[in-house]
Amino acid sequence: MGKKILLENDHVPGIRGYDVYRSKGGYASVEKALKSMTPEAVTEEVKKSGLRGRGGAGFPTGMKWGFLAKPPGVARYLICNADESEPGTFKDRYLMERIPHLLIEGMITSSYALGVKTSYIYIRGEYFYIARILEEAIDEAYKAGWLGTNILGTGYDLDLYVHVGAGAYICGEETALLESLEGKRGNPRIKPPFPAVEGLYGCPTVVNNVETIAAVVSIINQGGAAYAAIGIGKSTGTKLISASGHINKPGVYEIELGVPVEEFIYSDEYCGGIRNGKKLKAVVAGGSSVPILPAGLILKTAAGEPRLMTYESLADGGFATGTMLGSGGFIVMDETTSIVKNLWNFTRFYQHESCGQCSPCREGTLWMEKVLRRIVGGQGALRDIDLLWDVQSNIEGKTICPFGDAAAWPVASAIRHFRKEFEEYVTHPEKISDVKHYYSVNNLPVA
Amino acid sequence: MNAVKEIRFSQESLELIEKMIKRYPEGKHKSALIPVLHIAQAEFDGWLSTEVMDYVAGILKLEPIEVYEVATFYSLFNLEPVGKCVIEVCRTSSCWLMGAEDIIRHLEKKLGISPGGTTADGMFTLKTVECLGSCGTAPVMQVGAAYHENLDLNKVDNLLDKFRSEGNRKCYTDRITPDQK
Ligand SMILES: Cc1cc2nc3c(=O)[nH]c(=O)nc-3n(C[C@H](O)[C@H](O)[C@H](O)COP(=O)(O)O)c2cc1C
Ligand code: FES
Repeated sequence: MGKKILLENDHVPGIRGYDVYRSKGGYASVEKALKSMTPEAVTEEVKKSGLRGRGGAGFPTGMKWGFLAKPPGVARYLICNADESEPGTFKDRYLMERIPHLLIEGMITSSYALGVKTSYIYIRGEYFYIARILEEAIDEAYKAGWLGTNILGTGYDLDLYVHVGAGAYICGEETALLESLEGKRGNPRIKPPFPAVEGLYGCPTVVNNVETIAAVVSIINQGGAAYAAIGIGKSTGTKLISASGHINKPGVYEIELGVPVEEFIYSDEYCGGIRNGKKLKAVVAGGSSVPILPAGLILKTAAGEPRLMTYESLADGGFATGTMLGSGGFIVMDETTSIVKNLWNFTRFYQHESCGQCSPCREGTLWMEKVLRRIVGGQGALRDIDLLWDVQSNIEGKTICPFGDAAAWPVASAIRHFRKEFEEYVTHPEKISDVKHYYSVNNLPVA
Repeated sequence: MNAVKEIRFSQESLELIEKMIKRYPEGKHKSALIPVLHIAQAEFDGWLSTEVMDYVAGILKLEPIEVYEVATFYSLFNLEPVGKCVIEVCRTSSCWLMGAEDIIRHLEKKLGISPGGTTADGMFTLKTVECLGSCGTAPVMQVGAAYHENLDLNKVDNLLDKFRSEGNRKCYTDRITPDQK
């Protein structure tokens, strides 16, 4: 049994409410930080912990906090990214729904470290009912004196609000999120300036994922060194993995970073193996944006080493044979899955969600979707496979934000590892049992 | 001539909007736009007409174009009239792997509409949407604030019956209890 930090008290009845949460040691990190530590010391512990951003990019959190500009007399902001729209990812929802106070406690401790007086939790609109859960928990925290003015008599003031979005994957990208929070369309900003210098309302801002912020609680309570002792190498601590697809036990699992992928997929402690006794075909390990890997390469690296659930091991081999931990959205596909159709589905997603600012992404996703639809419809040709490759390579790295890469990588990796299947699809469309496969799913006349 | 319904927020909504605006710094009231559009959509029949958007612009002291820009960007805002229950079925990755297409096809057949359409009685609108953050309990659909997970055709039928007998409009802003989700 791996060590649980975030979900340690997940099983405790009533843990959603303040009293039970508090009775389990809740808000101790706020007490410790505000009463016995300077903001710099809190940041120092986070640096020591080796915690890396859990939103997808894995950037070291302590370092990010260290970049925050602190011009005198200018407000600073901490924004929690609860947009969670990366297909395959549902861990933040789980955490917020079940233990909302853990996020709120993390927000207070982190805001203190950053010298922030106003913080927002930006949550996707579809999670409206969770926004309510958070707001109720925030009310409880205000009443108990953990938020507001002069918290614990220390002179530290903090207000925390929930801000609800309205449906747009791109608003998970941090600068699009800031635009959206300012009441605009979610068009990502050109960087630099980085949010740490010019973020919300032009003020220095840190944006962190829900899970990142929640991890700060244990780091302050137990110390950064204790957190760093969990995991392997630069992949310290625990990670929430959202497991879905063709497995026996889909759900959210907290793992110690370093669990072998094979154990994660087959052990009863986690996914419990492939459904209906089928064989594993492929895995998308870190949310729809990361490269898909065939069974052989997800279980073992190209060098034949067992692949581990760490940032480094999943990336081993680069994109030629590796992938990324990403958001931890672990999508498992069994042998019956059509990689071609799955790719069409992913590409349709990116085409729908492109904000449209950059031509390579706007036009490229549209084009790739069209070509894939043609292939899935049995009208494809061999040259379409090369065309797809060409289009994706003209999107990657050529856009304002990493959405373009996120749209290109699934296409590149599917063709790289499953080219034969694409060729089979275009040369023998008659073999595909359901050629007229549900076209109308692609129509979306409503906004 | 049809009586034109006056576009005016209820007192309760106006107070809520006042509260929303205060969450943002002085002069940054535009930040309240999305939250206010949610309130407007819930109050004015589940969609945002040009008149409603203009009204919101007036309330928030914004140019109407600022409101249109935002309302047209986000998929949760409906820009045409919708049924009382907008059924939003996830069609993305994990849901697709777990049979979302069958669910959509079934709904199309049962309701006699395709995605984007509304039933003649004004009860249902069918929409296909992207990943709802519920992939571990796929396939999934959302109606108003509530998630309906681990769907099968039988479950869908029962839900349709339930919605019909309840007969009320479902909104994202509805309060739901944990076990309803
Ligand atoms: C297209 C796109 C979508 C993203 N969606 C999310 C998201 O839903 N949640 C999230 O935390 N980060 C998301 N990110 C990453 C954020 O831009 C940002 O890196 C992250 O919130 C930083 O927090 P962290 O360092 O704690 O991970 C997304 C990035 C891109 C390019
Ligand atoms: S794929 Fe349907 S909820 Fe995520």
